[in-house]
Amino acid sequence: MKCGVVVFPGSNCDHDVYHVLGHLLQQEVTFLWHQQRELDGCELVVLPGGFAYGDYLRAGSMAALSPIMGAVRDHVAAGGLVLGICNGFQILLESGLLPGAMRRNRDLRFQCEDVYIKVERNDIPFTGRYCSEQILRMPIAHAEGSYASSPDSLDELESARRVVFRYVDAEGRRLDEHNVNGSARSIAGICNRDGNVVGMMPHPERCAEEMLGNSDGLNLFVGAVEAVAEPQRATL
Amino acid sequence: MKATVTVYPRSQVLDPQGKAICQALGRVGFDEVREVRAGKSFSIELGVEDEQQAHAALERMCKTLLANTVVEDYTIVLERGAQR
Repeated sequence: MKCGVVVFPGSNCDHDVYHVLGHLLQQEVTFLWHQQRELDGCELVVLPGGFAYGDYLRAGSMAALSPIMGAVRDHVAAGGLVLGICNGFQILLESGLLPGAMRRNRDLRFQCEDVYIKVERNDIPFTGRYCSEQILRMPIAHAEGSYASSPDSLDELESARRVVFRYVDAEGRRLDEHNVNGSARSIAGICNRDGNVVGMMPHPERCAEEMLGNSDGLNLFVGAVEAVAEPQRATL
Repeated sequence: MKATVTVYPRSQVLDPQGKAICQALGRVGFDEVREVRAGKSFSIELGVEDEQQAHAALERMCKTLLANTVVEDYTIVLERGAQR
């Protein structure tokens, strides 16, 4: 399967994602420059973390208007898989491919630490390798990750089961002190209606091999690769 | 024509930056401060003389890029006469 990692000026997790897909999972991977208008046949597209366009104006706002996002939009409409991690999630929100917006973290600090998240649904490609309600440990590294949306939109997300990950404690309890950035309803990741687009603030690519002391994130990529390789097994 | 666009967080949206500034003002003795919303301001020069045309273009700019209307409101002030 061919995977594409989009590179914006200021992306800094692009090589980490490349390493997971190319070296650990032995997939064909290519970098896609933000000025491109085509995805070069990639079936899985990842918008990596970083500070695209220096986070000018609002994190993700300038990147959302870059030429490649037109191709990403077409890919999504055709049912293709797109994963946005951290800054990539912010870009998906700013481009309207996922609903809501990011605010500064509740404590106004850049937060870089391990958190626990709960898998709220495992019937979409990206989480198909996890168990329902599985607790994962993943690093976060962001200053603008407090998810916000209107109450109506949040209710809609919940009723359509579009919350994919929530911040919890190690036992899976949803407590305010473990809602690390003050996100609405402890939301750490959401998907679109069809489940082919996922945005998440934690970094699965930074915890995808034992050498790093944590491989909880690997199955997210395995799930996506398997869903493309064996679409009949995917539950889309 | 010149315009000033101001973007600030919606009143329903938590604004931790504004809250921190509000508390800091209280700490240095400005007890009269009740609330602070921290936003951004853009000074924009347009090659357009028609006010209606300028205002329509600025509205589109706000919705497309300058503001994220999920969490932010905006105001547009043209140099000759304020509107909206």
